Amino acid sequence: MAKEYETVIGLEVHVELATKTKIFCGCSTEFGGAPNTHTCPVCTGMPGSLPVLNKQVVEYAIAVGLATNCSITQYCKFDRKNYFYPDNPQNYQISQLYLPICKNGSVEIETAEGKKQVRIHEIHMEEDAGKLIHDEWEDCSLVDYNRSGVPLIEIVSEPDMRSAEEVIAYLEKLRLIIQYLGASDCKLQEGSMRADVNLSVREKGAKEFGTRTEMKNLNSFKAIARAIEGERIRQIDLLEEGKQVIQETRRWDDNKEYSYAMRSKEDAQDYRYFPDPDLVPIQISDEWLAKIRDNQPEFRTEKMKRYKEEYEIPDYDIDIITNSKHLADLFEATVAICKQPKKVSNWLMVETMRLLKEQDMEPEDIRFSPENLAKLILLTDSKAINSTVAKEVFEVMFDKDMDPEAYVEEKGLKTVNDEGALRKTVEEVVAANPQSVEDYHNGKQKAIGFLVGQTMKAMQGKADPAMVNKLLKELLED
Amino acid sequence: MANVISDETIDYVGILAKLDLSAEQKEQAKKDMGRMLDYIDKLNELDTEGVEPMSHVFPVSNVFREDVVTNGDDSANTIQNAPEEKDGMFMVPRTVE
Repeated sequence: MAKEYETVIGLEVHVELATKTKIFCGCSTEFGGAPNTHTCPVCTGMPGSLPVLNKQVVEYAIAVGLATNCSITQYCKFDRKNYFYPDNPQNYQISQLYLPICKNGSVEIETAEGKKQVRIHEIHMEEDAGKLIHDEWEDCSLVDYNRSGVPLIEIVSEPDMRSAEEVIAYLEKLRLIIQYLGASDCKLQEGSMRADVNLSVREKGAKEFGTRTEMKNLNSFKAIARAIEGERIRQIDLLEEGKQVIQETRRWDDNKEYSYAMRSKEDAQDYRYFPDPDLVPIQISDEWLAKIRDNQPEFRTEKMKRYKEEYEIPDYDIDIITNSKHLADLFEATVAICKQPKKVSNWLMVETMRLLKEQDMEPEDIRFSPENLAKLILLTDSKAINSTVAKEVFEVMFDKDMDPEAYVEEKGLKTVNDEGALRKTVEEVVAANPQSVEDYHNGKQKAIGFLVGQTMKAMQGKADPAMVNKLLKELLED
Repeated sequence: MANVISDETIDYVGILAKLDLSAEQKEQAKKDMGRMLDYIDKLNELDTEGVEPMSHVFPVSNVFREDVVTNGDDSANTIQNAPEEKDGMFMVPRTVE
């Protein structure tokens, strides 16, 4: 009889903060610049350069700490973590070991068994490293320091999760909180949110934790789920064979669906931390803390409540819309212009969700503006275009975010509301389809649908189906 | 000298500091390090009960900058420090993960 095992998981989540500049210098944090164009003596570790802390980094870190029920360390400071690697030009990373800015928090997640608290051990501030590109041709590595010094917070959880589902629920919750705060866009694919998974297994009911491994390079929720399952099985297999799990860092290869041990340097774990003498301590006064607390945004639970009262849209819609800060912002801004919550919600829930899914995009990737969505809704309301045309226009707008009014005008998509012109077409259709007319008169009500279709086709879709229906009935009843 | 530094320790410190030391340099470093630790032992004789650990000498805190971009493209200067350059990047020996 096989033993039953329990999986124990803790996460280290790195989040790139949405500041305009780096943590210790005035270089831009903008993504995608030409190599080394966002660098200076500070973020490339030149001797004699002096780092000066970006105040916004502290404020974002405190805001995330407050939103995750942490206690804030009102006297905190930075430490140096020493290691040699080409992506780290100072030969140390400025981080926080002794006095991290936030401690002892928790995040509530929904699990199959109900609500569960995942405790947060600490959140600390640190700087990101440069980016290494391996050049196969020259058999060397190339370094771009644009990312060096971009501010990060590292959120360290307690080993409170027991399955991939719980890990993903926790990450989604964290991401939502941070996006609502505007502290980061938290895109896993682009690396602005990165998760390292610490995992061990133990026999069910055991008191002691098993030996854990750390897995890196997980850049999607799917990869995280697969990596957890793969590592769980690997560790159980080792134990079943009477072998031991070795504490090591493993790199997940999502293409091969396998993790392999990263070459462990025997000296890798001896970071010789010490307080950074270049950076003075941070004292967070009660007033400063209160000010940040007062400026916390409306979070999801409050937003859901307000939507219910203010917009009168179904709970299902509210749940989906508030599950993305970007979608919620888009919804509110569009409603503010066109004053039609249900219609805005419908466009977001049906067509937008369909296209996002088809194109494998996240709600954060939506490009169209609230102004243009509002215009499209008003165009449909005024019957300037019918719903079929509206859907076609929307698809183009989803890709290009163009002005739908101008587009409809330019492409000649306006509905023909001239009754005379429409009557003429209807008469032609009726004359050309005597069989359908006869069927209709013989009680086949459905025949009128065919005639409506033929008329719409003749009008190249630019007619109001209700008006076509009305005219057809008038003609047929005559 | 009370503190004696072993060969293993000096080799390990050498690895951490990425230093290649000759046999004589190692002997000298062992002596120097032993003396430093003796001095630490001396300091440890002081009664520091109830004294807060100090990390900074000056009573200064909260030195911040506002989140405003002040630096432009300084890549030409940055890249001057590269041992070798390719495509605007620092070319370094291949790193294996």
